[in-house]
Parts: sequence; C-alpha cells; structure tokens
Amino acid sequence: MEKITLTSQLLQYLITGLTVGSVYAMVAVGFNIIYNVTEIINFAQGEFVMLGGLIMVFFHVSMGLPLILAFPTTIVLVTVIGILIDRFAIRPIRRPSVLTLIIATIAVSIIIKGTASFIWGKDPFDLPAFSGRDPINFLGAVVQPQYFWVIGFLIITAIALSIFFDRTIIGKAMSACADNPDAASLVGINVKQMILLSFALSAAIGAVAGITITPISLMEYDRGAMLAVKGFAAAILGGLGSFPGAILGGLIMGSIESFGAGLVSSGYKDAFALIVLLVVLFFKPSGLMGSIEISKIKRF
Amino acid sequence: MTLRRISIIAIICFFGMGLLVSQANAFDGAYKVGGVFSVTGRASFLGDPEKKTVEMLAEQINKAGGINGKELKLVIYDDEGDATKCNLKVKKLITNDKVCAVIGPSLSGLSLAVIPVAEKYKTPLVSCAASYKIVHNEKTGKPYKWVFKTPQSDSMAVEAIYMHLKNRGINKIAIMSVTSGYGASGRSELIRLAPEYNMNIIADEKYGPKDTDMTAQLTKIKGMAPAAIVNWSIGPTQVTMIRNWKDLGMTAVPLYQSHGFGSRKNIELAGGAAEGVFCPLGACNIAEQLPADHPQKSVTMDYLKSYTAKYNEPLSSFGGHGWDALELVVDALSAVGDDKAAIRDYLEKKQGFVGQHGIFNFSPDDHNGLSKAAFSMVIVKDNDWALVD
Repeated sequence: MEKITLTSQLLQYLITGLTVGSVYAMVAVGFNIIYNVTEIINFAQGEFVMLGGLIMVFFHVSMGLPLILAFPTTIVLVTVIGILIDRFAIRPIRRPSVLTLIIATIAVSIIIKGTASFIWGKDPFDLPAFSGRDPINFLGAVVQPQYFWVIGFLIITAIALSIFFDRTIIGKAMSACADNPDAASLVGINVKQMILLSFALSAAIGAVAGITITPISLMEYDRGAMLAVKGFAAAILGGLGSFPGAILGGLIMGSIESFGAGLVSSGYKDAFALIVLLVVLFFKPSGLMGSIEISKIKRF
Repeated sequence: MTLRRISIIAIICFFGMGLLVSQANAFDGAYKVGGVFSVTGRASFLGDPEKKTVEMLAEQINKAGGINGKELKLVIYDDEGDATKCNLKVKKLITNDKVCAVIGPSLSGLSLAVIPVAEKYKTPLVSCAASYKIVHNEKTGKPYKWVFKTPQSDSMAVEAIYMHLKNRGINKIAIMSVTSGYGASGRSELIRLAPEYNMNIIADEKYGPKDTDMTAQLTKIKGMAPAAIVNWSIGPTQVTMIRNWKDLGMTAVPLYQSHGFGSRKNIELAGGAAEGVFCPLGACNIAEQLPADHPQKSVTMDYLKSYTAKYNEPLSSFGGHGWDALELVVDALSAVGDDKAAIRDYLEKKQGFVGQHGIFNFSPDDHNGLSKAAFSMVIVKDNDWALVD
C-alpha cells in the first residue's frame, strides 16, 4: 500500500469531520426548535435519532419496504412519537416551571430507551447505504456515498427550516412564541399548538439524522444519549437558539474531533471539542452566533 | 379470616408440598450448586446465555439420572451487573441456600468483588469472567485459594495474535482500542507483551464505545504504513472500524480483531467488509469448522446442537464459559461428592478436562488451566469462519 500524503490525510479528516458534524448539527437544530418555543432543553432529543435509525431498520430491512416509502413512513412515525411526548409528558404538567419540564424530558428519554431495548434488544442494527457502499476517491481521500446523503440532508433541513420560519405564517407564529409567548397568545397565536409543532418538527429532524447516520455507524438502543450530549454541546457552541449557530457549531465540533483524533491524540478527541467549547464560552458567553440580548430575556 | 378461607389455603399448601416431595422423590438427595450471573442490565449479553446454558445442562444431567444418583439442584440469582447486589447474592447462596460451590459472576469487576466472600466462607467459586486478576493475587503472586475461572485471559488472545504475526514475519503494527474496560485491558496487554514478541507498535489509537466513525484514526494509521493492525473492542465499534478499514482501501494491511469479535452477527453486520479479518477464537465458536479428530469436536458439537435446538438462537462464546464452569463442578461432584474442601482440592488437581473453550490443566499455580493453545486463529472467509494454521 502506498503511503498517504499529508494533504489527502487532512482532506480525509475534514470530510469525516463534516459528516459526523452534520449529525451533531441536526441534533443541535432539534434542540433549538424546542428551546426557542418552550425554553426547555429536550433531553429526549438523542432518542429521536435512535428511533429514526431503528424504525427505519424495521421498515426497510425487516418489512422490506423500498427506501422511498420507508424513509417518509419512519419520519412520520417518529414525528407522531414527538407529538405524543408533548401531549402526554409535557402538556399535562400542571404548573410547569422550566426545570420540571426538563426533568420530564429526561424521564421520557429513559422510557423510550427502555422500550427500544425491549423491542429491538441490545444488538446494533445495520441499514444498507442509500446508494451503495463503493467509496469514491477524491484527491487521495476516500468518500463514502452515504457521506453526501448526510451532508445533503443537513443542507435540505437548513433550507427548509429557513423557508419555514421566514416565509410561512405558522413559522412566523412559532418565532413569535419564541420571542414572547404572552404577547403571541394575545395576538391570537395558539401557543400550545406551537409547542406541539415544535416537538413534531424536532422529532422529524432527529429521525432524519438517525436514518442517514445508521448506514455509517450502525444503531443500537442506547446510542441516543451520546448524540444528545454532542448535539447539545454544538448548540451551545453556536449559541443556543440560533439555527445558523447550531449548524456551524455541529460542523466545528465534528471537525475538531476528527482533526484532534488524527493529528494529536485519538484518546483525547472528546476533550478537544469540549475545550474549544469552554474557550468560546469564556470569550463569548452567548455562543458563536447567539446574542446576549436574547439570552437575557430567556428564563433558562 | 373465615375458616373456609383458611382451609382452602391449607389445602393449597398441602398440594404444593406434595408436588415438591414427589419431585424430590426420584432422587436420593441433591447436590446444590449456586450460580450468579448478570442476566439483566448492561452485561446481559454475558449473563443471559450463561444462565440458559447451565439451566439446560442441569436439565440434561437430571434427566440422565443426576450425579451419583443425586439430583443436581441449581440456585441461580441475577446480579444485574451491580457489584453490591452480586456480593449479597453470593453471600446468600453460601449462607442461606447452603450451596457447595458457586459459578459466576459474569463480569470481571464483580468477580473481583466477591473473591473475599468465597475466601471467607471457604467455598469454591468458578468465575465466568476474563480478567487475569481473578486468579492472580498480586500480593502473593499466586492464585486465591478458593477461586477458579474458565474464560481465557486477554493475554492469551494477545499471545495468539502476536504468534501469528511473528510467523508471518510482521513486526511493525498499529493498535486500536475502545476506551472501555475491555479495550483498555486489551491495550495494556498488547503493550506489555510487545517486547517479548519483538513487536514494534508504531501507532496507538483509541475511540469511544459510542463513536460513529473511526476514519480519522485509520487515516492516521494509513499515513504511518504499518504491516498489520490489531483492534481491541466489543460492540458496534468493531464493525464500524472494519467498514472504515475497507472503505479506506486498507485491506492490504491485515486486520486482527480480539476474541470479542467471535459472533457471526458481527460478520453479518459488517456487510461483506469483514472478509479477510483475522481473530483468535475458542473452539466453542468454531465447532463446525473443527476437524473431526480435534479433541474438543464432540463436546462443542453437542453443546451447539442442544443449545440451538432448545433456545433457537445462535450460540455465543459466553455461554461456553458457563458450560465449562458448571461441567467442572459437576465433574468434581461426581468424583468427590459435595464437600467444599474436597471439591476445591479436586479442581486444583484436575488435568485434561475437555471443555468448550479449551483443555483445562489446573495446578496450584494456575487456577485458569488454559494456555494460548486455547485459541485458534480464524479468518473470515465467504461470510463465515475458516481455520488458519
């Protein structure tokens, strides 16, 4: 085997980092949607990713549905689970403080994880890659076709969300809830419905992340928690509540991990990402793209 | 409580006792053996097949007339992978259930935690966990008096791999390991034994147990051009890293996995990428591939057939550790009866016991009884194991 040049090594780190980072970014966006409308951190966010992957395995591999059918069915099912979470775990809480709601999401994540381990067992599951597994050689770096799907879906998600929040009435209503829920309900926006919608949306995005990453990394019942932690760190890095920030944060986190593992030491790769996070927060407490003004009016 | 209700309960009790008596009547007394496994919780993939295996064996033994005409009675508890619970269960087995020997626990950490209990109550314990420290008291440099274990140690798998590399004339290797207890222990053995086999470790890469991609680590290794890669992990990461290895076009660099790779499920999950991967496995994993004159051929085939027929699930190497532990105790019981000290002395002298994972030769200095010969080097060929010599 010929020796690999430094440039292609660096390129390889970048591509790997961006792919892993795209998943973190999607999880971070999911955090932000719910945070913006409700001010809570949804600790079950990682479970949406896990469910997306495993339900897709069920439809595509076990049931044999074609990709084009299994993909939307999975997203719809996970979205329904997101709605049920809001309906049965978030809304019934009588005098909700931000803290009790967050604790409720932790409970939900434990329940989902436990249920998934009963249904699927503890073994990892595989999903066939969307367009084959033949790697593409690009300037000496190796690119899996699935990488394009992961990064592509991040771009689609980002575009779709920006259209939704800027151009549609519902999207604007959701942004209004994020700015000021009391004023929003005064002008006739149904805040409860917006919260429901926020859970539905972030469940759907989580599902997309899970479906696209499973062919690369497999999926098992307890992977959600780690992805949630990474995604949360990405959201903080980018500035909690900011969508461009979440995407930037995710991609930076992924790249630092990859470069850190490749160039310095793989044993400390998680530490590099967290050190960068701490440094950023030290100089800019609201995160890269967050604004201090907005974070001041939030309760959490 | 009315008289009627009392009499109903009394009748039920009588029937219950009658059932118990009628069951026990078939045998002339019973030998009680205790088992404690991590049947549920984080290590259920170990404890579950172990429990199923020993239950199946006890059923077979009793159906065939028991041991010396006595029934083999198993008392099995679940420690849920928790050291405190495990400790209590072992105490309960010894003091309350009055068992003559204990098999298990499934995990190394838990086994270490119950060594003092076995030593204090002078009860033989045959652990199903891998760590060398279970049968090696660092203070005395000798095994603990009452403790034995059946699984091969990490060091034997490392030696089997290093021997194979040496025979191929390879001495420049890269190692990769997962940052869990399993990976860390394998990594330290790889580094410790490297000088003995003249291995030059040029890269030492790590990854987390839930990492999604190891391309970065492998790219770095690719840049250093080692002659072979040794990877030490369990769970999904060992499959992901094989795929990354294949994608990066590194198949020219032979990849060695640890004995933790010993499940056909992993080959299946790798989706063809595992072709050509080496790993050291115990006989129990490769019963079908063993030549007919292999000493372990018949025991492993019997176990494979009866386990898959009874539970309709693939055999795992962990159940084999349970098999070895229980059959060793049964062997002792049939030879010396259920006196604890006699069982211990018998086990310590036992030679040539043909088990699932090797041929055990115990001695006062070796309470594991296996050598690196207990591993056979296997290669993945046409999506199945094939023996390499």
